[in-house]
Amino acid sequence: MTIHIGLIGNPSAGLTTLFNQMTGGLQHNGYFSTSKVATKEGPVKGHKGVNVIEFPGTYSLSAYTLDDITTRDILLHKRPDVLINILDATNLERNLYLTLQLMELEIPMVLAFNMMDEVRKNNIHIDLPAISEILTVPVIPISASKNRGIHDLIHIALETAKKKLLPHKLDFCSGHVHTAIHAILHLIEEDARKEGLPVRFAATKVVEGDQGIIDHLKLHTPEMNIIDHIIKDMEHHLGTDREAAMADMRYEFIQDLREKTVQAQSTETLEHKRSVKIDRILTHRIFAIPIFLAIMFLVFILTFQVIGAWLSDWLALGIDWFIGEVGTYMAVNGSSPALQALVVDGVLTGIGSVLSFLPIIAVLFFFLSILEDSGYIPRVAFVMDKLLRKLGLSGRSIVPMLIGFGCSVPAVMATRSLPSKRDRQLTMALIPFMSCSAKLPIYGIFTAAFFNEHEGLIMMAIYLTGILVAIVCALIFKVTIYRGDPVPFVMVIPSYRVPAMKSVGLRMWENVKGFIKKAFTVILIATIIIWFLQSFDFGLNMVDSSEDSILATLGRAAAPIFAPLGFGEWRAATALITGLTAKEAVVSTMAVLTTAGSTGSLTGMLGEIFTPISAFSFMLFCLLYMPCVATLAAIRRELGGMHYALLVVLFQTTVAWIVSFLFYQIFSQF
Amino acid sequence: MTLAHLPIGHWARIKRVGGQGAIRRRLLDLGLTPGTQVRVEKVAPLGDPILISLRGFQLTLRKEEARHILVEPLENSAAEKNDKSKD
Repeated sequence: MTIHIGLIGNPSAGLTTLFNQMTGGLQHNGYFSTSKVATKEGPVKGHKGVNVIEFPGTYSLSAYTLDDITTRDILLHKRPDVLINILDATNLERNLYLTLQLMELEIPMVLAFNMMDEVRKNNIHIDLPAISEILTVPVIPISASKNRGIHDLIHIALETAKKKLLPHKLDFCSGHVHTAIHAILHLIEEDARKEGLPVRFAATKVVEGDQGIIDHLKLHTPEMNIIDHIIKDMEHHLGTDREAAMADMRYEFIQDLREKTVQAQSTETLEHKRSVKIDRILTHRIFAIPIFLAIMFLVFILTFQVIGAWLSDWLALGIDWFIGEVGTYMAVNGSSPALQALVVDGVLTGIGSVLSFLPIIAVLFFFLSILEDSGYIPRVAFVMDKLLRKLGLSGRSIVPMLIGFGCSVPAVMATRSLPSKRDRQLTMALIPFMSCSAKLPIYGIFTAAFFNEHEGLIMMAIYLTGILVAIVCALIFKVTIYRGDPVPFVMVIPSYRVPAMKSVGLRMWENVKGFIKKAFTVILIATIIIWFLQSFDFGLNMVDSSEDSILATLGRAAAPIFAPLGFGEWRAATALITGLTAKEAVVSTMAVLTTAGSTGSLTGMLGEIFTPISAFSFMLFCLLYMPCVATLAAIRRELGGMHYALLVVLFQTTVAWIVSFLFYQIFSQF
Repeated sequence: MTLAHLPIGHWARIKRVGGQGAIRRRLLDLGLTPGTQVRVEKVAPLGDPILISLRGFQLTLRKEEARHILVEPLENSAAEKNDKSKD
């Protein structure tokens, strides 16, 4: 029997940091990994048979975003053995609001008061035993980023799970709310038990008017009438409505608790004050937007021209040397020419051409992680909201969009934090235009071959074109499919924090690992298939020139579609098709197809197929055409239908064709 | 007076959170309950949204939503609290 520990708390309370400390960064699919929610599950270090599940950060168990809804469903129906509710101890008021709701779930739980180092530094005194006594839940002080208190936390959580210790203090209410909750509690007790819902939780949600839970309880008309009467009575006496009454009741309880147990010199912490100071510059009325653009520009230059490119060049030299050595070794040892061709020209050249971009991707993810973990991205949302609203989106969409520059798959998953379905769909349709890191090798190879002296400029042009096309498409969507009122934008702006290098490193490693894995699975298989198809004809005879191969025949059939774009050539067409498995495959395919049986380098051989104009047209097409299968699968999963994913395919490929067509036709006139 | 009209740097006490639906629920969940003290910190470069402080943290919301929040300015404490956070 595996013990499942659920990890839940406010966003930026330290969820991921604690998860990484508990697991060492390991995660795998498990009982709680469903496609519907961004949970992470991993084995707890040093405790066999114990798994921890990290839920997406949430402020409340009321249904607001898709993440909130699915988190609540999982808590109600899959029920972890114990919950660790992690709280930012420097901001207990808002963090305890979730705690009060979690306590009603009838799941054993412990509270992890995180950031206790900051609490001490701020001279805040928190009477932990008193809080534990009032809430009837164990409270453990920790500092997740400094790895303090984690051992005790796990120990007490497991103890609580084994003894099935439930929080038994559930009455946070007084007066008229109290009367209403208790009246409804008795009324719906049987219905709630029948539906497997925690009674107290169901009763408070009914008082709040939560339609999801009311429907779930399948109440009859007489019951509903009594409930309406109770609520009206309560609202009348309090002079407020049911939703405000419940929120008010919880916050009043928390304020009272805080007055009894917390002594602080100032309501604002040092970190908060520091953030305000930093924000005087970073979200300054005039400087904010120029600073954001400058930061993105700097990340870009450092990744593509300074650090990443430099490392990639060295790695490419190493890979070339290795391929040469293998070739010589095989020749000396008398391997058959066919095998030599497969290994050297096929597999090694294909994978090698992709792998050399590993450092650039690692550097890109390093910067994206820093931007995310420091707390800068919510500020970007704040600064850019009005512009995004003009496109029919909100500032929140900036988060998945920026992640999209790394990889579209996590970006598509990040859209779950958006509160409306319309925003999610629109953001998902635009994410693939944010050029992902897998497309980097394509641009890298082509700029090296055609625009060597203007590498940075061409890269910038490509990225900006992607953004520009996204803007134009959003504007078109706004007046056609996605008309309607702007959705509200409300977002907590956390204090800035120094990113923990461990979690930045882990994130980098996860992505680098994914990239390597892809190179040795998808790319490897694609490369072997491509090599095979270009080495044999339909009679399965080995061909002298790949011009006569199966692939050439197939590629020639598809080539006319691309002729008006300037690259109606069978090798270009084939590369685009294999690129659907993973965008890097465009490069590995090109490598196999152009260098096989010749001595020229890939960059040299590209000059025979493309002109600079058609090369840039090809890059534009790669930037914009349909996303890879992994992204499509993610979109299908998020929107629950193949037809939407197919629409994305059709939409993006059409856009790509039009943009490349216009570019090529206009610029080849000069 | 609504939160949208509260000048930058001024404190106020929330009287009522209007509006409706999920967004109103979210504002209440985040602690914008009657009686809570809020301060407008700044306005975004393009004039919207606004950034406010309450219960020791910061929140951004659009003026559209802020217009539904009725507040009562705290004239006396405004200057004092304002100064305190500046040092």
